[in-house]
Amino acid sequence: ENLRFRVNMYKYKEERDIAPETFMNMVCSMQYAKRFGPWFAEPIVAGLDKDDKPYISGSDVVGAPVETSDFIVGGTCTDNLYGTCESLYKKDMDKDELFEVLAQSLLAAVDRDALSGWGGVVHIITKEGVSTKTLKA
Amino acid sequence: MDSLIGVSGKGFVIVAADMSAARSIMAYQYSDHKILQLDDSKVLGGAGPQADRVRFLEYIEKNVKLNALRTGLTASCHGTAHYVRRELADALRKAPYQVNCLLGGVDADGSGHLYWMDYLATMQETKYSAHGYAGYFILSTLDRYYKEDMTLEQGKELIQTCINEVATRFLINQPKWKVSIVTAEGVTEEVTQPTVDLTDKIPE
Repeated sequence: ENLRFRVNMYKYKEERDIAPETFMNMVCSMQYAKRFGPWFAEPIVAGLDKDDKPYISGSDVVGAPVETSDFIVGGTCTDNLYGTCESLYKKDMDKDELFEVLAQSLLAAVDRDALSGWGGVVHIITKEGVSTKTLKA
Repeated sequence: MDSLIGVSGKGFVIVAADMSAARSIMAYQYSDHKILQLDDSKVLGGAGPQADRVRFLEYIEKNVKLNALRTGLTASCHGTAHYVRRELADALRKAPYQVNCLLGGVDADGSGHLYWMDYLATMQETKYSAHGYAGYFILSTLDRYYKEDMTLEQGKELIQTCINEVATRFLINQPKWKVSIVTAEGVTEEVTQPTVDLTDKIPE
């Protein structure tokens, strides 16, 4: 809710959409503000910058960011996810192959974790917009 | 030891709570109302230590009323649920309310919604859910018998089945239950008892 508020305010004041890099910086700043009483969340940011280039990054609970070109993982089964993503990832996949790789990496990883699972949700971001699909458990 | 059970369907929501007020080995009374009516279309049930529960539920009830008076509008279920969650979240790192809630309501468009909230301000909209030990016994019952297109009568029967299951298998005696039914017409409340005869279960 706080993030939605901050993004809406940015949009009203700047009269443009926030870029993913800028948004990531804002998230990290909000996280570090609670350095000694943190939000217990490890966010992942994904988006397309103004040239429609993909941007992904993630951070820990106190806002230490990491930007990569291939994949970011988070949650209780990050160890599993690193394994599945590293195996299935290829550079320069198209939209459909990316969806397939993402879905399979996620499902295979959570199936080996007691605390995760019961399905999945995938958002594919293109310059046309965001399409969301729900995966069956 | 409080039990809360909620079921939502097309056009209705039912929230049931036991009516026992007990501490340690003694039951003080069986007339403790744990579900408060927020307005004509919403009820909020709470589970937890009586002090926190009563304070929190009444605080929310009065604020929902105040908001309705100020704006002249009835808030949506979604809005009210997020408001309740925000109150829990704001208090969490200062003086937390140890209250687990079930908010059930029917919107102006006739759709029923049930929101499960815990004392850490987790919130999830659910078709059916429970708080307390009751969940251990009846979430599987609800998984088995719940249907999305249930009628109100079937919903009431399902709640009664759950109450009976809790009465059969739960160690603590909860002889009276309050059932709040929210439909597009409004809120009705009933007091029910488990209809299971435990003497049946005693072998010869």
